[in-house]
Amino acid sequence: MWDYTDKVKEHFLNPKNVGKIEDADGVGEVGSLACGDALRLFIKVEDGRIVDARFQTFGCGSAIASSSALTEMVKGKTLDEALQITNKDIADYLGGLPKEKMHCSVMGREALEAAINNYRGIETPDQPLEGEVVCECFGVTDVQIRRAIEENDLKSVEDVTHYTKAGGGCERCLPDIEKILAEVRGAMETRAEREPPGPPARLTNLQRIQKVQQVIDEEIRPSLQADGGDLELVDVDGTKVYVSLRGTCSNCPSSQITLKSGVEARLREVVDPDIQVLEA
Amino acid sequence: MATIYLDNNATTRVDPAVFEEMRPFFCDLYGNPSSMHTFGGQVGHHLDTARERVAALLGAAAGEIVFTSCGTEGDSTAIRSALEAQPDKRHLVTTKVEHPAVLNLANHLVKKGYHLTLLGVDGDGMIDLDELRDAIRDDTALVSIMWANNETGTVFPVQEAGEIAKSRGALFHTDAVQAVGKIPMDVHQLPIDFLTLSGHKLHAPKGVGALYVRKGVPFRPFLVGGHQERGRRGGTENVPGIIGLGKACELAGENIEHENTRVRALRDRLERGLLATVPDTRLNGHPTDRLPNTVNLSFKFVEGEAILLLLDELGICASSGSACTSGSLEPSHVLRAMGVPFTYAHGSVRLSLSRFNTEEEIAFVVERLPGIIERLRSISPFTEEGDAWTGEG
Repeated sequence: MWDYTDKVKEHFLNPKNVGKIEDADGVGEVGSLACGDALRLFIKVEDGRIVDARFQTFGCGSAIASSSALTEMVKGKTLDEALQITNKDIADYLGGLPKEKMHCSVMGREALEAAINNYRGIETPDQPLEGEVVCECFGVTDVQIRRAIEENDLKSVEDVTHYTKAGGGCERCLPDIEKILAEVRGAMETRAEREPPGPPARLTNLQRIQKVQQVIDEEIRPSLQADGGDLELVDVDGTKVYVSLRGTCSNCPSSQITLKSGVEARLREVVDPDIQVLEA
Repeated sequence: MATIYLDNNATTRVDPAVFEEMRPFFCDLYGNPSSMHTFGGQVGHHLDTARERVAALLGAAAGEIVFTSCGTEGDSTAIRSALEAQPDKRHLVTTKVEHPAVLNLANHLVKKGYHLTLLGVDGDGMIDLDELRDAIRDDTALVSIMWANNETGTVFPVQEAGEIAKSRGALFHTDAVQAVGKIPMDVHQLPIDFLTLSGHKLHAPKGVGALYVRKGVPFRPFLVGGHQERGRRGGTENVPGIIGLGKACELAGENIEHENTRVRALRDRLERGLLATVPDTRLNGHPTDRLPNTVNLSFKFVEGEAILLLLDELGICASSGSACTSGSLEPSHVLRAMGVPFTYAHGSVRLSLSRFNTEEEIAFVVERLPGIIERLRSISPFTEEGDAWTGEG
């Protein structure tokens, strides 16, 4: 049983602005029957301002509630103001959504963009907007995934699936999502590091080696061992950490991802942001 | 608001007579059946009675019944035991539509180096015995095929499947969690080595189940510990649960005719009423080889979770194979294996009855459910243009 807020229930049981606008100025369609939810948003625009919005939705309780909330939120806004609405704003308006349902709010934001693009005469291509399709099952692109990670501060592949659906089908794209997540998180953290609070205090060589050894022994090796793999610290040269992969890790095709997004990311986070992990 | 409970394949009400039977075993007869004193020892006699009652419902001997904690434990015990007792055989055959208790264990065993063949099903959710014949290999340790599917109620030909398995030297297990108490059975007349049942699906409490292990079949315990269950399952017995299971099995035997006449008639009335009044509705499951209490319907162009939420507003309890109800993003593995079209797969609702349902309840659902579907279809963008907009994404 989902833990829906009263606001979600209210917008599901008594949705606002259901139906079509026959002479709509902009129409946005996202989702499909195959995906399990779809939203068609109609907007009426006067002097650059949305004066009416209506929707038709196929989907679960939170999809209908998100659509209803969206129409209430955009009415009276200028197009530029409306484009500032993020999926998080829609979820917040509803008092929050279960994390497994966040993709409903993302669908709302995408339909809004599509409707405004339609009004402005920008063709929304049939195949996803921009970027490359990462998740074939749900047709989610890397651009959509990056945006969801940035806007919602997503930290795990599971979160990405909850927000975008990517990876929720055959799961073949999970390693790709992991790679994108590592890249985006890396960029976000670099940005964050440039702002205060400043970088962690410089460590002496000895301290750095001890810290690296500790993190590898206490955190990294146990989690690799759980999957039948292992890792050995071979050498530390300045900020270069040389390791050797063992067990199932040694011939695993995703071992580079493990090294970069798992081991390196963790060592950068807790030991030194300049650490590079290399295979000995 | 009264509750109309039509989710009996999920769990059932404990029969008040079962509860009464259990009551003394909490505060009065609380002894440990393994104890040397009379106070504890007398409890053991009640366990014997319960074991005989469970055996009688299945057509088994009391010595062939091992009490467990749930259906999942029964399935795990049977499958792991079959593999452990035949270490030279590394292959397992089961179906794509099993309960996760079997399916996820089977997938887990693949990671441990076992080989797995999953049998498909046709549009009615039925397996193909020829596919089973082709799947079995010389190193097949076990064939595990559920007796009846929990989502659609489709009943599998366990006798034929068991004979095929035995003829090729493989052991045969059936997850009969949904079938026991609804389908008359006589396991001694059937080629079944292991059979799993769960108490809470037949009006006993949650937390108790049983595994039938045919006499002479090699067995390795799953829970290794004390001498309980003659060394076949360590751990102090869940005495009140087992007493309840015994009583529930006795009552199930008495009511099995009733399940197949009155409950079936109610189910048929529900099914026919909804198919007749709601356009674009399809039945998921076998038209005839089906549990007497189960109907699974799909309503085109609407989504299952939304239907359940609106039913819930009326106090009606049901479940759905829709993606959104489970937190996964794809509709039920059973409906997908059956090839149910996407236009229907997300809008499935399972209604499962019990002997406690009344004619009035069924009439109420037949009256109110069509309005719910109509309301959701009036919101859906697909209703008007039908299949024309399939959309992208």
